[in-house]
Amino acid sequence: MSHSSERRGQGGGNNRAKSELSLTINGKPETVRVFPMERLLDVLRQELGLTGTKEGCGEGECGSCSVLMDGKLVNSCLIPALQAAGANLTTIEGVAEGPQLSALQAAFLECGGAQCGICTPGMILSVSHLLNKKPEPTLGDIREVLAGNLCRCTGYMQIFEAVAEAARRKSSV
Amino acid sequence: MRFDPADYELIAPGTLQAVVALLADEPGKWLPIAGGTDVMVLYTAGKLPARKLVSIWNLAELRSIEVLPNEIKIGAGCTYTELREHYVIAQEFPLLASAARWTGGIANQNRGTLGGNIANASPAADSLPALLAYEAELILVSVRGERRVPYVGFHTGYKKMKLAPDELIRAICLRRCFSGYLHYSRKVGARNAQAIAKVCVAALGRLRGGVGGGGDAIDDVRIALGSVAPVPLRLTEVERIVSGKSVDRELVQLAKKAAVAAIQPIDDIRSTARYRTAVTGNLVAEFLEQLRATGKTA
Amino acid sequence: MTEEGIIGKSVPRKEGRDKVTGVARYIDDMTMPGMLYGATVRSQIPRGIIKKISFDPHFDWAELVTVTAQDIPGKNCIALIGDDQPCLADGKVNHPEEPILLLAHADPHLLRKAVDAVSIEYEPLPAIFTIEDSERRSQIIWGDDNTLKTFLISKGDVDGVWAKAAYIVEGEYTTGAQEQLYIENNGAIAVFDREEGITVWGSLQCPYYVHKALMALCNLPAEKIRVVQAETGGAFGGKEDYPSIIAGHAALLAMKSGQPVKIVYDRLEDMTATTKRHPSRTRHRTAVSKDGKILGGEIDFTIDGGAYATLSSVVLSRGTIHAGGPYYWPNVRIRGKAVATNAPPHGAFRGFGAPQSLFAMERHMDHIAQVVGLSPVEIRRRNFLKPGQTTTTDQTIREEIDLGKLLDRALELSEYTAKIARFAQQNKVGPIKKGMGIAAFLHGAGFTGSGERYLASVVAVEGCADGGVRVLVSSTEFGQGTNTVLCQIAAEALGLPYEDVRIAQPDTNQVPNSGPTVASRTAMVVGSLVRSAALGIKQILIASGLLGSSYPPQEFRAACRAHIAAHGELRSFARYEAPEGVFWDDQKYRGEAYASFAWAIYVAEVAVDLSTYSATVEDFVALQEVGRVLHPVLAKGQIAGGVAQGIGFALYEKVVWQNGRMQNGQMTNYIMPTSADLPPIRVFFEEMGNVHGAYGAKGIGELPMDGPAPAIVNAIEDALGTRFDSVPLMPEDIFEAVSANGDR
Repeated sequence: MSHSSERRGQGGGNNRAKSELSLTINGKPETVRVFPMERLLDVLRQELGLTGTKEGCGEGECGSCSVLMDGKLVNSCLIPALQAAGANLTTIEGVAEGPQLSALQAAFLECGGAQCGICTPGMILSVSHLLNKKPEPTLGDIREVLAGNLCRCTGYMQIFEAVAEAARRKSSV
Repeated sequence: MRFDPADYELIAPGTLQAVVALLADEPGKWLPIAGGTDVMVLYTAGKLPARKLVSIWNLAELRSIEVLPNEIKIGAGCTYTELREHYVIAQEFPLLASAARWTGGIANQNRGTLGGNIANASPAADSLPALLAYEAELILVSVRGERRVPYVGFHTGYKKMKLAPDELIRAICLRRCFSGYLHYSRKVGARNAQAIAKVCVAALGRLRGGVGGGGDAIDDVRIALGSVAPVPLRLTEVERIVSGKSVDRELVQLAKKAAVAAIQPIDDIRSTARYRTAVTGNLVAEFLEQLRATGKTA
Repeated sequence: MTEEGIIGKSVPRKEGRDKVTGVARYIDDMTMPGMLYGATVRSQIPRGIIKKISFDPHFDWAELVTVTAQDIPGKNCIALIGDDQPCLADGKVNHPEEPILLLAHADPHLLRKAVDAVSIEYEPLPAIFTIEDSERRSQIIWGDDNTLKTFLISKGDVDGVWAKAAYIVEGEYTTGAQEQLYIENNGAIAVFDREEGITVWGSLQCPYYVHKALMALCNLPAEKIRVVQAETGGAFGGKEDYPSIIAGHAALLAMKSGQPVKIVYDRLEDMTATTKRHPSRTRHRTAVSKDGKILGGEIDFTIDGGAYATLSSVVLSRGTIHAGGPYYWPNVRIRGKAVATNAPPHGAFRGFGAPQSLFAMERHMDHIAQVVGLSPVEIRRRNFLKPGQTTTTDQTIREEIDLGKLLDRALELSEYTAKIARFAQQNKVGPIKKGMGIAAFLHGAGFTGSGERYLASVVAVEGCADGGVRVLVSSTEFGQGTNTVLCQIAAEALGLPYEDVRIAQPDTNQVPNSGPTVASRTAMVVGSLVRSAALGIKQILIASGLLGSSYPPQEFRAACRAHIAAHGELRSFARYEAPEGVFWDDQKYRGEAYASFAWAIYVAEVAVDLSTYSATVEDFVALQEVGRVLHPVLAKGQIAGGVAQGIGFALYEKVVWQNGRMQNGQMTNYIMPTSADLPPIRVFFEEMGNVHGAYGAKGIGELPMDGPAPAIVNAIEDALGTRFDSVPLMPEDIFEAVSANGDR
């Protein structure tokens, strides 16, 4: 019985094979060959080398794997690859505008919103999602939207400050 | 990794018709997966027994919310976010709107579906007490056609429901007849967000004379609970005891006693039976007291 | 360079840009050509003899790399303090999840199936799971009597105080295990080369701890082991000693296979198999005078160390020394004891024994207040240490700390008095009961007693070819700001812009051993050495005639470039020297325990909803004296983050145990607070300076962990009038106590 990855699964049923998956990531079309039940998180990290999206819990609790899928915040650890076919994804790698940090990234840096950094990509996408929907969020809005992104380092206080600061900067532009 | 994607099939036939045909062809062989917020957690933990999955995510036939004069038909594939954002649900069915709001975090609300919450059949499911209180009906679909059943009695035991192996939940129907009621809901979990309910209450009530009408007798009442039995419960005995009566201290005590007698909570990893019992009694009392307060004239 | 200097300014986090762009690389982001994944086969029982290990014949084992205890080239132990912890179980197991065998394969999915295809037969032995079971000694599972370590602190004449006491107050206080819950799980990558030896990249706090452990395990000399810290996604002590185990496992697989091996845990494995905060039990018996002054007392502080000794002796030391709190004890006897149970060994977690013993002390003070008939404020005021007085270990307080004034400020910031009065009225009606609680405490930074001298930390600063400088330390960044603060210090010392200073990645081939990144010592102790080493560069350049004694940055840069061009490497070292007049007696456990203490008063406002018995913190004031705030944003971030973990310790984070195994090893069921759960955490500082710390700084990383739990439980008692002496305090516990009292 051999276990090399391409041949794995043969003899287990007709459809247990990799197939092509096309989607757009950070504005760029990509096509990968994956099993349909590969997690979107693993497609991003392993197939596409986009390691900015992180795994913290594998069960949709910590939000480190958050990405935007067709403009909506989702936990990529809970999405099978097949269901991302044709989707438009934004990951942390797509947030900065070239070498220029976004207002949100800059605010995170200045206000201490990132300490160890592991929750930061998911946190930034979550906040982007919020600021797109509500450019002037209240503290209550911020607390609610970020409840799905766990941070063990900051106690959230400076993340709230970073969001408020980013909202201020964007509105004054 | 406790799972191997190579061991699983997942297909997306793309139409409701194709999906139900597949389920009819091979009943019990294909597990439907919508948003995946329950199925994928089991999968990642290496605890998903199914090996063949059929995607029902984004099927147009399951995504609509139809607003009719007397009822609203919510497609089973609607996400919690869609429920929260729909003006009729927010206005007329606040128990369901609040259940959607306190399920998981935003990312999970964008993927989790009402149909999935029902099909997952957990006694702690956030939306089910609301469906009981609103006396929801379910539309089930298969190659044999559609049938419409009351939600009450649909869940028969822990993770068991009256769904044929070739059936899917298509829509959830709610009658638009609850204006003028007090809608009371409360979820008790380990923290304010992202928590599995230890106790969950959804209740409706109306006094004779309605809100601010100066009346005090209970005209109509429904009290539903989650996480205190193998299935969500409607406290019909409590409802019977309080109907037609004025809410006073004595009635509240009787209602609490009857509530406690009706439930079968357990000790589990999250909480204890004694705690769940006490909280149930307290929340039933709180609901009745709020209901009494609605009678007061302005 | 501005007049105002760099110290005290919130300069940008050194590695911050990489973190907000997702470019920072953590262990699981790294791959190598030919890399295999590694996994661990672990014990399913708490204690027993391994009778047989079977490999399912339907599996093709030829493709897998297998390592057992027999494959270990060196000593089968995780070298730390003692040598009792095996790297791989050999014939017997002493805790659930104990590592027995290692497997590696290129396919991580297949690897899991291989783990499941190994079956192990045991002859189970009776196991023990609580401090009381361990003390009863019905089973001896460690040494002669299950006792991992004891300490005795003795001051004055305790036996004589009881007769003089107006009140004798007793209490027993317990704290549960707590999971560090860094969002990045443990991980390591090892590479083996016959010539070069072993190289390990890890998510870790202490590269030289791993280095020492690998030398013993792999039987290789120092120059054949290289340990590099990767970007680390949170640690909090959970990556202080544990990485030696996962690195050792990866190294053994790399040696056996000849290929790079990566081991990364998933959340379930990390929670169930790795270290947690030591559960504790503290018993107080205190003699108090008529006017509420502590005359003396006995404190028994006991911690559960789990199955092997690992760091328990050091946790015990700190907990024992802090057990008396910030109070004057004219007479005291403190017995510290660490005992063994059949749980995975407990380890370092921010605070390291002090949160446990300080929880007890601060609950006990409120209890004493009630017995004596004084307020929680007054009882503390009357017993605070004053300058010139001595601590429980006879350390004289030499700085002009005024704890009474600090208390006053905290009370004002929290509106304590007004709220107490208001709540007394409001609590009469309705299910919401509110209360206020205080915790007063101190935290000694740096290693205890002679520890820093023993560490003999070394730091280097080197000039770079472009004229800037680089800091070389083994101190690691894992969110607390090591990179930023040490660069700030070097920049300040040299009068250079912050941007001209960089810091090397901690790599044992490149950096000297500046000691472990623990004990809140990095800014204070290592920072001091960085300052000295930086000044050393300046002296070299001045002595060489290339630089004047005062200069603008561009002249420094030119001098640096010129010196390197002429003489090659430009490096300055600084080695730790114990300060004058600081004496610690290891035998009598007496003397100057810490070079400096930070002081704090925390105030919690808590609301308990008696319809659900849930307690919520509504407001939190964290006031501390910290010597000098080197970087306001980082300092505030440390305090807020520590308070959040303390709130979790008090009200949310419960480890559910069954037969020594954690049952709720997932984020769904091990509950840490979300953004929707925490109150505003209002942070305030006072700065008195510190002669023993860089630019006057005291260590603050662990301080905020000590105060929240007792402040919160004190507030709950204030709200309900019901006594609670244990954390975590869950709604179910509040319900049981309240219904036992006949309320509601």
